[in-house]
Amino acid sequence: MNIELRGISKRFGAVLANDAISLAVPPATIQGILGENGAGKSTLMKVFSGFIQPDSGQILFDGEPIHIASPADAIRLGIGMLHQDPLDFPPFQVIDDFLLGRPGGLIPDRKRALREFRELSARFDFSLSPEARVASLTVGERQQLEILRLLWLGAKVLILDEPTTGISQAQKEKLFAALRRLAAEGMTVFFVSHKLEDVRSLCGRAAVLRQGALVGAMEAPFDDERLVRMMFGKEVPLAEKTRPAPGKKVLTIKTGAIDSLRLRVKDVNLEVRAGETIGIAGMEGSGQDLFLRACGGLVEPAGGQFCLDEDERPMNGSTYHDYMRSGVTYLPAARLEKGLVPGLSLSEHYALAGKPRGVFIDRAEAQARSADLIASYNIKGRPDSAVESLSGGNQQRALLSLLPSASSLILVEHPTRGLDIESTIYIWGKLKERCAAGTAILFISSDLDEILQYSDKVLVFFAGKVSPLIDTESLNVQKLGELIGGIGWETLKEAARA
Amino acid sequence: MTGDALLFGLSGVLSASAPLLFGVIGETITEKAGVSNLAMNGMILLSAMGGFAASLATGSLALGFLAGAAIGAAVAAVVAFTSITLKQSQVAVGYVLAMLCRDLAYFLGNPIMGMNGPRLTLLPIPGLSAIPLLGTLLFRHDIVTYASFLLIVAAWFYMERTRPGIMLRGLGENPRAAYIRGANVHRQRYAYTIAGGAIAGLAGPIYSLSVKAGWKGTISGLDGIGWIVLAITIFGGWKPFRAALGAYFFSLLQWLGLVLQPLMPNVPSQVLQVAPFPLMILTLLLVNVGNAEWLERSLARLPEAVRRDIARALSALNATPPAALGVPFDEDD
Repeated sequence: MNIELRGISKRFGAVLANDAISLAVPPATIQGILGENGAGKSTLMKVFSGFIQPDSGQILFDGEPIHIASPADAIRLGIGMLHQDPLDFPPFQVIDDFLLGRPGGLIPDRKRALREFRELSARFDFSLSPEARVASLTVGERQQLEILRLLWLGAKVLILDEPTTGISQAQKEKLFAALRRLAAEGMTVFFVSHKLEDVRSLCGRAAVLRQGALVGAMEAPFDDERLVRMMFGKEVPLAEKTRPAPGKKVLTIKTGAIDSLRLRVKDVNLEVRAGETIGIAGMEGSGQDLFLRACGGLVEPAGGQFCLDEDERPMNGSTYHDYMRSGVTYLPAARLEKGLVPGLSLSEHYALAGKPRGVFIDRAEAQARSADLIASYNIKGRPDSAVESLSGGNQQRALLSLLPSASSLILVEHPTRGLDIESTIYIWGKLKERCAAGTAILFISSDLDEILQYSDKVLVFFAGKVSPLIDTESLNVQKLGELIGGIGWETLKEAARA
Repeated sequence: MTGDALLFGLSGVLSASAPLLFGVIGETITEKAGVSNLAMNGMILLSAMGGFAASLATGSLALGFLAGAAIGAAVAAVVAFTSITLKQSQVAVGYVLAMLCRDLAYFLGNPIMGMNGPRLTLLPIPGLSAIPLLGTLLFRHDIVTYASFLLIVAAWFYMERTRPGIMLRGLGENPRAAYIRGANVHRQRYAYTIAGGAIAGLAGPIYSLSVKAGWKGTISGLDGIGWIVLAITIFGGWKPFRAALGAYFFSLLQWLGLVLQPLMPNVPSQVLQVAPFPLMILTLLLVNVGNAEWLERSLARLPEAVRRDIARALSALNATPPAALGVPFDEDD
C-alpha cells in the first residue's frame, strides 16, 4: 500500500507542533522518523493513529483519502500503533490481553485465539506463554505481545514509537528481525526514534523532523553527519574521552550483600576513587538498582562493609541523610515521581534545596539563584515554571542543577533515559565537569552505548551476581551484551584471578 | 449446642450474607471499572428505608426491591457524574453522600418507623431441601439468598469469560489501553457505576424485607454495614469468589458473637457484638501486609527455602486494586 501524508498541520496553543508535513511512503518499507524530543514526531504519529485530529491535511492510502476518527478506527483501517509504554493490562493473562479489543460475540472463542496466538508467535520466533501474566513479562516481551495483537487485528501499517527504550540487546535484535520480515512481506513500518544507530541499522528511508517541520528525507545508506545536522540544525560533536587520574578512595565495599524478597546480591567488592565514572550494566531487575540504592543508604545492606572516604569510615546502618551529609547524592530514574516535586516551580525547588536557614523562605535570594542556575544549566524554563511543565531533558538538567556542588559521589539511575542526543551530550558534559572536580559517579544504564561511551570502568550484574570492575577499554557492545545475558562470566573470573 | 442448632445457625449465616454479597459484588463491579463508590453506607440505609416504604405503600415486595435498586442507581449516578464528568475527588463526594443518605434515611423514614410490613417468605426448593444436612444448609432460604448464590457465579462468569466483562476489567486497569481497543471509557464507566449502584442498592431491601425485616430508624443496626462492604471488597481482592468468602466470614464472626455470648458471661455483650468489625479490619491487614516494604526486608533475613514459601503464600493472598481506580480519564493526552 502506498501511504501519503499530505500537508498535516497541528497547533497546540502557541506551538505549531506539525507544520504542513508531507511524506509519501511506498509499500514494503521501513520508514524511520527521526527528530529530537519535541520535534513533532509524536504529534504526527498521534494524528496518523487517530488519537488527535489534524487542523488541516490529509492521509491517503493508495491515493484515496481516509478519515481516522479514533484509535479504534485506525486499527479498523489497518493502522496499528505500538506505544512507547505498552498500552496493555499488567494483571491480565497474556491471552486475555491478546483477545481484548477484537470485535466478536459475547463469549470470545478462546481456543481459536490460543491457536492463532501460537501460530503468530511461532512465525516471529517469539516465545510468550499465553497463560503467563502480562506483568511478569519484560518490556520487550510486552512489545512482542502488542505486535502480535495488532497483526492479528489485521494491521497493514505498523507504527512504533521509540520501541528500543528499555529493552535488551537480544530483544532489540528479535524486534528488528520481525520488522524486517514484515516489511519484506509488504507491510509498511513507521519507526519513530531519536536514536540514530537504530534508524541506521533498520530503516530503508528516514525523514527528519525539527521544530514541527519536515527538514529532510533520505534513503539508505545514510550520511550520519547530515542526519545529525538536519536533526539539530547544527553539528553536535561527541565529547572527547578523557581518563582522569584516579584520586582518593570515595567508596569501598567489602563482601557487600543486599537482600530483597526476590533477589539476593552477594559478594560485592568494589573500590571507587574520586574522579572515576563507573557504569553499571545488567538486565532490569538483576539487582543493580538495589545495589545503587544501598550505596546511598536507601537500602539497608544485609552484610559486608560499606565504607566512605579515604579512611574507610564504616557506614552500615546509616540512613540516606547520613550519606548525604558525607557528600553522597542520588538521582532516581523516575524524575518527576521521586526526584522533583510536581506542582512546585523551579525557584521553589532551589529554595528547598538551599541551605536551611530559619523558617521563612528568602524569595529574592531563591529567585536570583534560580535565574543563575537556569542560565548555567541551559534549562528551557523560567524560575516560576512548574517542573512538570518542563520536557524530560530539562527536568534532568534541573535535577542536576539541584545537586550540592560539593558532592563526593553521585549515584544516578538511567541518567539520559528518554532524552535526545543533544540533551544526553549536555547532561554528560555537566556530569563530567563534576568528575574533573573530583566527584565520582556510579550510574545504571540499559543503554550499552552510553555505558561504553562514558564510563571508565564497568560493573555487570546478572541475576544477583556481580562482576569485578572491568576496564571499559577491554569491552565492546557484543561482549558487554553477552555478559549481561550471563555469557562469558567464567573467563571474567579467570581474568580477575590472573 | 446440638447438631441441628449448628446447622440452622450456619444456614442463617448464608442468608445473613445475602445483602453483604449484593453490596460487595456491586462495589466490585464499580471499582473494576475504575470508580470507587464510597457512598455505600448511606446508600444501603436509604435503600433499606425506601424499599420498605415502597413495599409498605404498595403491598408489593417486587416494587420494594425495585425501589431499592433505583435508589442505589440514583446515588451512584451522582457519584458517576461528579467523578467521571466533573473529575472531582471520589473520596470527598462519596463520603459526603454517605452521610447525606444516612441522615436522609433516618429523617424520611420517621413516619414508617416500627411499622409492620410485608416480608419475604421461605422458599424451600422441592426435593433438594429434603437432602440431609445440605438441604437445610443450602435449599431452605428465601429467594434473595438463592439470588445471592447466583450473583457470585454470574459476576465471576461475566468478568472472566465474556468479552464485555474482560473489557470491564480493562477499564479500571488501563483506561487508555481500553480506549484504543475501542471502548467508550466514559460511557462504560457510567454504565458500570450505575449498574453496580443498583446491585448494591438491593442490599437495603434485602435487609428491610428479609434479613432484618422492617424499618427501625437508628436502631435498625444497619449503620456501618456499608463500610464493612467496602472493606470486604478490598479483602476480596476485586474477585467475586474471594469477596463472597469475605462476606461469609464476616457473617460467621457475627453469628459466633451471638452464640458465644452465653458461654462467656464475663465478657460484656457489647464486646462480642462489636468484635467482628475490628476482626475484619485485622484480616484485611493480614491479607495485604505482603505489600509492605518493612515486611519484605525482615523476611529477607530468613533462610532461602522458608523465604520462598512465605513469599509465595503472601503473593497468593495479596490483592492489587485496579491500577486506575479513582483516576479520571482523558482521551486526548
